[in-house]
Amino acid sequence: MERTIIKSENFNAYFGNNHVVKNVNIEIERNKVIAVMGPSGCGKTTYLRCINRLHELIEGARCDGKMLLNGQDVYNMHPIFTRLKIGMVFQRPNPFPNLSIYDNVIAGYVLNGIKMSKADKNDIVEKSLTSAALWKEVKDSLHKKGTFLSGGQQQRLCIARAIAMEPEVLLLDEPTSALDPISTSSIEELLKELKNNFTLIIVTHNMQQAARVSDKTAFFYMGELVEYDDTKKMFTNPDDIRTQNYITGRFS
Amino acid sequence: MEDLTIASKKAYNKKIGMEVLFTRTLIIVALLLIVLVLGIMTTLIIESLPSIKSLGFKFLWSKTWDPVNNIYGGYPFLLGTVLTSFIALAISIPFSFAIAVYLGEYNSKGWLSNLLKNIVELIAAVPSVIYGFWGLLVLVPIVRDFETKFNILPYGIGIFTASIILSIMIIPYAASMGRELIKMVPSNLKEGAYSLGATRFEVIKSVIFPYTKSGLFAGVLLSLGRALGETMAVTMVIGNTSLIPTSIFSPGNTMASVIANEFTEADHTLYLSALIELGLFLFCVTVVINIIGKFIINKFSNN
Amino acid sequence: MHPHIKFRVAKSKAAEIILIVLAFFVTAPLLFIIYYIFQKGIKVINWNFLTQLPHPVGEVGGGIVNALVGSGLIVLYASIMAIPIGILCGIYLSEHKSSKLAYFSRLCVDVLQGVPSIVIGIVVYFWIVKPLHTFSAISGSVALAIMMLPIIIKSTEETLKLLPASLKEAAIALAIPYHRVITKVLLPCGISGILSGIILSVARIAGETAPLLFTAFGNPYLNTNMLKPMQSLPLLIFNYATSPYDEWHDLAWGAALILLFTVLLLNIITKLTTRKWNVQL
Repeated sequence: MERTIIKSENFNAYFGNNHVVKNVNIEIERNKVIAVMGPSGCGKTTYLRCINRLHELIEGARCDGKMLLNGQDVYNMHPIFTRLKIGMVFQRPNPFPNLSIYDNVIAGYVLNGIKMSKADKNDIVEKSLTSAALWKEVKDSLHKKGTFLSGGQQQRLCIARAIAMEPEVLLLDEPTSALDPISTSSIEELLKELKNNFTLIIVTHNMQQAARVSDKTAFFYMGELVEYDDTKKMFTNPDDIRTQNYITGRFS
Repeated sequence: MEDLTIASKKAYNKKIGMEVLFTRTLIIVALLLIVLVLGIMTTLIIESLPSIKSLGFKFLWSKTWDPVNNIYGGYPFLLGTVLTSFIALAISIPFSFAIAVYLGEYNSKGWLSNLLKNIVELIAAVPSVIYGFWGLLVLVPIVRDFETKFNILPYGIGIFTASIILSIMIIPYAASMGRELIKMVPSNLKEGAYSLGATRFEVIKSVIFPYTKSGLFAGVLLSLGRALGETMAVTMVIGNTSLIPTSIFSPGNTMASVIANEFTEADHTLYLSALIELGLFLFCVTVVINIIGKFIINKFSNN
Repeated sequence: MHPHIKFRVAKSKAAEIILIVLAFFVTAPLLFIIYYIFQKGIKVINWNFLTQLPHPVGEVGGGIVNALVGSGLIVLYASIMAIPIGILCGIYLSEHKSSKLAYFSRLCVDVLQGVPSIVIGIVVYFWIVKPLHTFSAISGSVALAIMMLPIIIKSTEETLKLLPASLKEAAIALAIPYHRVITKVLLPCGISGILSGIILSVARIAGETAPLLFTAFGNPYLNTNMLKPMQSLPLLIFNYATSPYDEWHDLAWGAALILLFTVLLLNIITKLTTRKWNVQL
């Protein structure tokens, strides 16, 4: 299997006339944690939302260039297919408020109209919740509403919901920014486990987090991809002066 | 890996088909609404063409309505509609504004204001035929006694009675609109006035009313639109005569009530078409009033 | 205190009292109407009243079963027509905030909301009654359905707009097709608002008389054929109330009580659904 899973070529994204992602070229390797960081408004979240084609849902938003998943342009596929292969976790935990914990985990199947046996469902729920390090905490209250969980638990439920679909890539858009430090560290631990089965792309504005969890880091500034390299190198010896300025806190 | 797109696309073809179908259905339904309104308008215009052709638009100002002799003039009904609506409006406005100010400013929370708010909303919920029935059997005798006392020809029924019923019915519209708007007055404006030593009444008069003026006007417009088109309650108590009313106590007819009364009896084309022209006119007036009202409110809430 | 200030404070107090008196005075007519109709209507309501046909003038007793069945059927068919169209249109408007079609569609909803009900009666007369050469219950249902539409559309649109965007994104990111995102995620989460809009629209049209005058027309006999003229509660009240006979007035009072009770109940249910069914977001 090829090492590269996602590759962008001359990728641009716009909101109306606002050019927010400028000519990004990047190759992302399989089974790694990639951190995408940069000051707010630098286009990092927009870039992430272009990978699974969420960007185009906003009125007036468009993009061009190539976004390859396993060598095939996701913009030539039906978006449903793209999103089956690329899961996403959002900034704020967003479990479906009308569904139980159990139903939230298999929501991707049920809402897609996929019929499964009870045993299969149970398997998926247990496996996904275990992977998301939530199984022990909720196994006795699977049929309670997901919204009764704490913020950190809700976010892990959202991770379980995403990985239940067995995607190849998991996008995480500042997944811990709405959480307390303890929940944050448990999610960070989880990410290290998850990279054995998935490729993780995590947007964060928190440099320490990028340094802690990622193998490689991409630095965005003013819509451009300034630098993309091993995390260790980025934080010790960046090539670009802008990266240096950012990690030393010279602009905010 | 290569056949991924093709194979999976096949598996998802059905779903994608559904998706397209759903999106199209939504568009069709949205178009349907436009077609419906245009259809209503076109039907009214086409069916009133005979009357427009032979009577012209001055029909609305001609004074005689005499179907037996094939003479049609809308003036008695125009006058009846204007009189009932505006008298009703004049009676209802003090009450509407009092409710709006009370619920918006004096007492916007708590069970008492909640109760009043719900009761006011229920006033709008009572079917108009029930207002008419009650008016006919309860209000009419009261008005008749009153008229006897003041030496007015004691019909009981008539424009005055219809206006009273109407005024009760339209209170909720301006009231709930006004309440919402008064709640939206920024508290720093009010506090500014209070800190200068203004009394509550002065704050209402010189801060709240000027600030919400346009919106309150829009609420009154919506009430007016309601009053102009109200049919049943008016029909039941107005007396249904096509003569020009001589005073506010005399019987009359509004445009809506004459349609309700004579539509199924209209036995030839011009008669029916004249009634529909009244309907068309009513339609145009209420549409314009409502659109102006909505426009003012949108502008107000965007600010 | 300075006399001038005293005067101003007194004036403010007086204004407040006048305001409160005016505001609460409004409840008087409503309570009076409810009381009066209850008192008159309760006397005639019994089993026969609910199960028999109206008796001819001069005979005591009789019931309004034809109007009860008729009202039920006419409103049922109107709901069947208006609910799907209304919800779909509401979905379109909430999903397309700024498209041209949405703008004009929204304008038409506003227009429709202001159209006097009698005008809708006229139009449906020409659309259905005249081509079929007979007054019919179904034409009454169509007229009422047109009146239900703006209420259902507005409440659906407003409810869906209030749902957080993250909910929809969560569903879309799970590769769920658009129609299922709407029908399986957004609609269930907004069900309370949509439901209360539907109930409100039923309450609004259940008492409508004017659009039925030239469509359903009324019928002194029990009829369940939607293609024939049919009686309904508001029509019966109108016809009997304006008749000169006391026996018929009694029937009308009973019918008015049932109608009023139903409509008020539906309105109260609307308020409760909004509170109870609200999904915790």
